[in-house]
Order: sequence, then C-alpha cells, then structure tokens
Amino acid sequence: MIGATRETTFGAPGAAPPTLRRRAGPRLRQEARWAALFLAPDMLGVLAFTAFPVVAAIVLSFLDWNLITSASYVGLDNFRELLKDGVFWQTMGHTVYFTVGTVPTSMALGLALALALNRPLRGVTFLRTAYFIPVIVPLISVAMVWRWLYDRDFGLINYFLDLTGLPVIGWLTDSTWAMPAVIIMSIWKGLGYNLVIYLAGLQSIPRRLYEAAEMDGASAWQRFWRITFPLLTPTTFFVLVVSIISSFQVFGQVYVMTRGGPGNATNTIVYYIYHVGFELFRMGYASALAWTLFMVVFVLTLVQVRTQRRWVYYE
Amino acid sequence: MTVARRVGRPLTVQRLGSATLYLVLLLGALTMLTPLLWMLVTSLKPLEDVFKWPPLGFQSRPVWSNYRDIWDAVPFGRYLANTFLVSLARTAGVLVTSSLAGYAFARLRFPGRDVIFLAYLGTIMVPGQVTMIPAFIIMRDLGWLDTYMALIIPGLFSPLATFLMRQYFLTLPRSLEDAAAIDGAGLFTAFRRIALPLAKPALATVAVFTFLTSWNDFLWPLIVTNSESVRVVSVGLTEFQNLYYTDWPLLMAASLVAVLPVLVLYVFAQRYFVAGIATTGIR
Repeated sequence: MIGATRETTFGAPGAAPPTLRRRAGPRLRQEARWAALFLAPDMLGVLAFTAFPVVAAIVLSFLDWNLITSASYVGLDNFRELLKDGVFWQTMGHTVYFTVGTVPTSMALGLALALALNRPLRGVTFLRTAYFIPVIVPLISVAMVWRWLYDRDFGLINYFLDLTGLPVIGWLTDSTWAMPAVIIMSIWKGLGYNLVIYLAGLQSIPRRLYEAAEMDGASAWQRFWRITFPLLTPTTFFVLVVSIISSFQVFGQVYVMTRGGPGNATNTIVYYIYHVGFELFRMGYASALAWTLFMVVFVLTLVQVRTQRRWVYYE
Repeated sequence: MTVARRVGRPLTVQRLGSATLYLVLLLGALTMLTPLLWMLVTSLKPLEDVFKWPPLGFQSRPVWSNYRDIWDAVPFGRYLANTFLVSLARTAGVLVTSSLAGYAFARLRFPGRDVIFLAYLGTIMVPGQVTMIPAFIIMRDLGWLDTYMALIIPGLFSPLATFLMRQYFLTLPRSLEDAAAIDGAGLFTAFRRIALPLAKPALATVAVFTFLTSWNDFLWPLIVTNSESVRVVSVGLTEFQNLYYTDWPLLMAASLVAVLPVLVLYVFAQRYFVAGIATTGIR
C-alpha cells in the first residue's frame, strides 16, 4: 500500500495532505490577487512596448520588409549582408573610435575633478554645478551651439585658434577633424556625470584610512595609489560599463552636427540603424543591425564583468 | 585644512600650488559654461553681426526681439506646449505604474515574483535601438503614428523606475504597514496612506529623471511624428536648423528657450537630479 506508506512518512494519520491551496491560505491568495492588480498596469505596458518588441526584433531580423509590400522570410540573409557591408564595418569602426576617444579621457578628467572638488574650497558648489550643468541640458540644444562654435569661418573655437597663431580647422567639414569634434563635444557633455559618480565614491571612503596613512608618513601620491584608487575601483568599474554602453549608442550630436558626414566620417552604428530603418525603410536589415549592436555591447559588458575580479577591489 | 601639510615643503610653495589648482578649476568651469554663454550672446545679436570677425564683443545693442521672432518663424510655442504635455503626462504615468509595481515586488507575496522581477531587470539591459523598430511598427498598426499617443503611451512604463521604487520600498520599515493591516486597512490603503507618503524622495527622483529623459528625448519623437501639430522641441530645433540655415541668432534663442525649463527644474530639485542621474545612468 504505497499510499498508506506515504501517509505515515509525510504526515500524521488523518491530517490533510499539504496542497498548495492549503499552504497558500486565503490571506495569501488575496495578497496575490492584489499583486496582480498592482502589477497589471506596468506589466502590460512593459510587455507590449519592451518585451514583445525584443522578441519581434529577432523575428524582423530574418525578414525583408519595407512596410509597404508584404514581408518575406530571408533566413540569415540580413546577417550575411551585414558581414559583407562595408558601411556597417565603417560605422562600427567609427563607433569604437568615438568610444576610445571619449571614455578614457572623460573618466580620467572626471576623477581628477572629483579629487579636486572633494574639498571645502571657496565656491565649490558653483564649480561643481558648472561642470555638471552640461549633463542635464538637452543634447539637441547644445549640439546646435557646438555646431556654431565649430563654424569654420565665424566660430568661436577657430577665433581662439587664430588668436594663438594656430591654423584654423574646418571642424565639421574636414573628415579628419569631424570625429574629434564630436568627441570633444561629447566629453564636454558627459564629464559632469563622471564627476558626480566619482564624488559619491570618494565620499564613501572612510576618513580614518587617510588619517592612519598620514600618521604613517604616507605622501599624497602614496595615499592616492594605495587608498583612494583601490577603493574607487568599484566606482570606476560602474562608470566604465555605463560609459561604454552609452557611447556605443551615440546619435543626437551626430545627427545635429554632421549627419554622419563629411562623407561617412562620423557615421556611427546607431546613426546607420536610423538611416537604414527610417530613411531606407529596410526594417529587417535595421533590426539585424540593432541586434548585432546589442550583442556587441552585451559581450563587451560581459567581458568587463568577468575580468573585474582582476582589478576591482570589493571590501 | 583643505590641503594636508607635508613635511619638508615650504608653506608658500604649497599655497602657490593650491592657488594654481584653483585657477585651473575656475578656468575649467568657465570653459564648461562657455557654450551656454555663447548661446546667450549669439541669441542677442542681430543677424548681420554674426558674420563679423572677430566674433567677440557686441557691435550693437542686444536684440531682444530675436526672442519674439522665434515664435513667428516656426510654431515654436506649439512645440514647447507639446513637449510640456508629453513630459508631464509621461511623468505622471510612470509615477503611478512604477510605484504600484515596485510596491508589489517589494512587499507582496505572489507566485513567480522573483522570476518576473529578474525578467524586468533583463529588459533594462536591452538598448532602445533594438525595441525601437518593432515599437514603431506597433505604433503604425495601432494608427498612432504622428499622434500624441505614440509620444506618450509607450513612455508611461519604465522597468528602471519600477526597480528604483522597489529598492526604496524595501528600505522602509514594514511595521507601519503591518500595524495598518491589523487595524483592518486593506492592502491598497496601506500602500496609499502609509508606504507612498514615506516614499516621497524616491517618487521625486523618478519624477525628475522621467521628466528630464522625456524633455530631452529625440530619436523616438523624430521617427514617430511628422506634423508640426505634434512636434516636440528637440525635433523642432532641427527643423529650425534646416529652415533657417544661417539664422544663428534665432536658432540660439530657440535652443536656449528649450534649455530653460531644465535649468529651472534643476534649481528647485537639485538633489533629486543628482540622485536620479547617479542611480539610473541616464545622460
């Protein structure tokens, strides 16, 4: 009698078997019903406008569809085309150029500023605000004024170059200088973000460590490399991951200042996705490009997460 | 004591060092503000002065009428009103959806809670460019292209905001809600009357970053709208650029008007800006 054996093993004779219903109880079931109500508005929206599109983007990347004629299934053709697409590789190259140009400089400057501004200087609030303001102002507005600052003939930047006797530069019209111009503008825009994050990181380092080091006669240089820098590595890791993700998505400043030009000099991957999807209306190919971008960023992030234990110091 | 005194180094050298550093910091700050100042300066010039060399220094009186002309050159007032409408609607919507869902994830027990929450976190990682194309097609199929619906409805939900609200609710002491439950108050009452008022700082952070993202949003409005009647400021500015290719004073005046609401918000809600930006990674 298997049933009887079970009965004696798992419960006292006569006791009802523990079912989910019994365990849940009326109170818990009521709580789950409330939870469904609480979650419904948010979850329906996230399902409809985020989760479903993620899946749909995979399906789309196997289609050839211009939104007008009916879609046709092309298998992996979009991805094959992508591998042979010179412009795709170019835009990837430009995106990497942009990332290498902005991220390390912006991080180093952000850290240096945080160190300098993490002290009770006179007017420190003003200084912090001045560095932070570009982060919050609308990208499109400031990209406009940067276009004007970069103007070859009447721009303020060339005026200063001219004053110091340097040759003037066709910042946005010369294919050599267009990407550096976009990079400089982007460092200006994002620097304050790194400053704020690093300031928060610095303020979380216990003061007693510095006091102890000072008593031991450690120099400022030693204090930085032995205390500040190691204890800031989690912050550095966070800033690095977030910066790389966002710099691979650069779009607005390119759209306003150069439209990917001159030639293709500042054509980045997201600008190319926009061009393919919403100017050429090749929805399948644009989805394949977008998925490829996602995979590249995902792998880059994964590599950083995997290698963090070699250099990130967690207390 | 701002600078730790070091042995064997004369105090005057140290003073000189910090003075130099201070000067560098001031010059840096000035450089950071220059683009915005130049926006202001250019916006007050008459058009003919813009193409004069050297660019520094006013040749004539400031032309305040530039700020009147932007409203006539393009329907700029309409763009501003649209942007306010969209940003406020999205902010209100996200506050409701994210606080309700965040509370459910933080406080209520239901089957599959942790799996669903992980899936939520997963969606935060997917970049907007991946979902943008299918979302555009959904808008088209719903007939929402070129309407406020496309600008507002998909922006009423934010897994990131839900995550922030959940994290904040988890830090609140449970005892108050439990006391309310004993008093016979329903779960919704406990949420509405006790948890929500305590979560004001988190709500403010969510409100500020949602408003900011919405105000600065560009790519999505660019692809889903076309008519002037529903155009937002960011897209409107690029139209300005095309229409008035060389009219820098007007373009700068319009750009500055688009910056102002953000600056005003910053003055009043400074600490929520920093909190929101530090925790969400938006730029």
